[in-house]
Amino acid sequence: MTRSLYAPEFARLTSVQPVTELEKLFTIELPSGKSLGHEPGQFVMLSIPGVGEAPISITSSPSRSNGTFDLCVRKMGDVTGVLHGLQEGAMVGIRGPFGHGFPIDEMRGKDMLFAPGGLGLAPLRSLINQVLDEREDFGRVIILYGAKRPAELLFRDELDQWAARDDVEFHVTVDRGEDDWEGNVGVITTLFPKVSIDPHETIAVTCGPPIMYRFVLMEMLGKGIPENHIYLSLERRMKCGVGKCGHCQINGLYCCQSGPVFTYDQIKNVPEAL
Amino acid sequence: MSLRILDKGAIAPLVSGLMADYAHQGGVVIGPQARRSMFAFAPLTTPAELRLDYNTSILSPKTVLQPPRERLATIHLGETPSVESNVEATPTVIFGVHTCDLRAIQLLDKAFSVDYPDPHYIARREKTLIVSLECLQPCDENSFCKDMGTLEADEGYDLHLTDIGDAYTVHVGTEKGAALLDKYADARPANDADVKKLEAAVGAKWSRFKNHLEFDASELPSLMATAYEHPLWEELGERCFACGSCTNVCPTCYCFDVSDTISLDLAESVRERNWDSCQLDKFATVADGHNFRQARANRQKHRFFRKGKYIYEQLGMLGCVGCGRCVRTCLTHISIVDGWNTIHSSKQEVAK
Repeated sequence: MTRSLYAPEFARLTSVQPVTELEKLFTIELPSGKSLGHEPGQFVMLSIPGVGEAPISITSSPSRSNGTFDLCVRKMGDVTGVLHGLQEGAMVGIRGPFGHGFPIDEMRGKDMLFAPGGLGLAPLRSLINQVLDEREDFGRVIILYGAKRPAELLFRDELDQWAARDDVEFHVTVDRGEDDWEGNVGVITTLFPKVSIDPHETIAVTCGPPIMYRFVLMEMLGKGIPENHIYLSLERRMKCGVGKCGHCQINGLYCCQSGPVFTYDQIKNVPEAL
Repeated sequence: MSLRILDKGAIAPLVSGLMADYAHQGGVVIGPQARRSMFAFAPLTTPAELRLDYNTSILSPKTVLQPPRERLATIHLGETPSVESNVEATPTVIFGVHTCDLRAIQLLDKAFSVDYPDPHYIARREKTLIVSLECLQPCDENSFCKDMGTLEADEGYDLHLTDIGDAYTVHVGTEKGAALLDKYADARPANDADVKKLEAAVGAKWSRFKNHLEFDASELPSLMATAYEHPLWEELGERCFACGSCTNVCPTCYCFDVSDTISLDLAESVRERNWDSCQLDKFATVADGHNFRQARANRQKHRFFRKGKYIYEQLGMLGCVGCGRCVRTCLTHISIVDGWNTIHSSKQEVAK
């Protein structure tokens, strides 16, 4: 019988790790060791039987797939609420990968400036780790990361590793500090003056809550980075992932098909985008 | 293809023969039927129910090709869940499709075939024959098919009927249509007198239909490009109840929701799709509660833009066929034609 475009494939959770109070990292293995075959920045539709389906960006880099992939998920809605209660060994439905990710081949040879905000690190991490795994193909790697408070910083161990590397310029800030926080305090835009860049050699990449884009873009454009060298990953409601159901439409664009990764150039005249 | 003649008296036996054969294969013959003072497309139980004299239907024949509620997959639960795809279609004939709705079906065909072809729609469409019907009288004052270029059709049907008095001319559009006609009716080839009658019937109809749009519909995409900040949207937003009636009755609206429901015995989870509407509050809301189209003004604007611009850019066809259903149905009398005319006259004002 013809397979439904909307039929998930069942995959096993091989590991469930807490990331913060709100997020967990789920490692997922497709049946018979099949590779997901994703590009950095793409997403899957994840489903829990009887509960529903939600779009989730893939946080693991294709360069580290090993037959599994990782989703970093905040406990937020119906699907993610139930997902957070699942243990290692449980089965979840997967469709995808879907959408346009980051065109990494067009980024080779350039300096990379990453500016994730909050949970926006999850999708960017797939690209960051691939860039770090193929480090010699890229120029400078600059990561400016902002979160609301220290407890909301994702992947603390990995952040420490990035901070310790000589070939990564890593700056982190929180909107509000806490007692044991000795680092930067302030919104993410306060990190931009700490780095100087060659705008014509730099690719900038950002993802974060809707409110953040305007301000981060002003910083990136202010540094002179060309509009078609600024990449954003956008979030929308999605029910199909394949450009039919209409929920993710951003004016005339289907986020699930043309995105979720866009250049600023592509969306600057699309009023619903930002 | 060829032009044939079907006496009016031959319609009932044709439908009757079709109904018997289709019932035998688990199929269905659908046609417009009276529902109090209105009409609806539904399975025929006797040929007498078929009302080819209907003015318009409450819902379009879209309901047959994209049902309001449709099972997509069944997940059999257990240690390792197994997934069953529910791509099912029964042989169907839709009788009496007006040419506006015929164009809408052509649009749905494109929408469900591009990029990722949708097997559910395609399976159903492949098993569906369409017998369309030429409109000789306007259905009411709300339709604007003439403006949208859908008052005639030369493709998209298997058979196309035109009333020429005591008989119908039948344009045969496909091999399947020809086979149907040959099997269930004795439709003789048209002669010169029939062709004259057809030309007279069609020729006389155009003056009965009024133009409602004050400009050429082909200008819509470029006109809409100028209208994003128009005050009209706020005005419509204040009137709109966000009930979703306009999109439910629209023959070209195909947005849907997907939901998973678990059975009471916990043995299976059923994935279904249901019609959804960009006019409803939560349509563009993400998990953290952020709604990308919160204001009703923006939701109405989105509908007008889909119909006049976005779908055209994606599929090469305007998203509106001028059937008038949304205008007829709106509780607060929001009219897409009036809206477009308002935008057009503002543009003329600016030009002066």
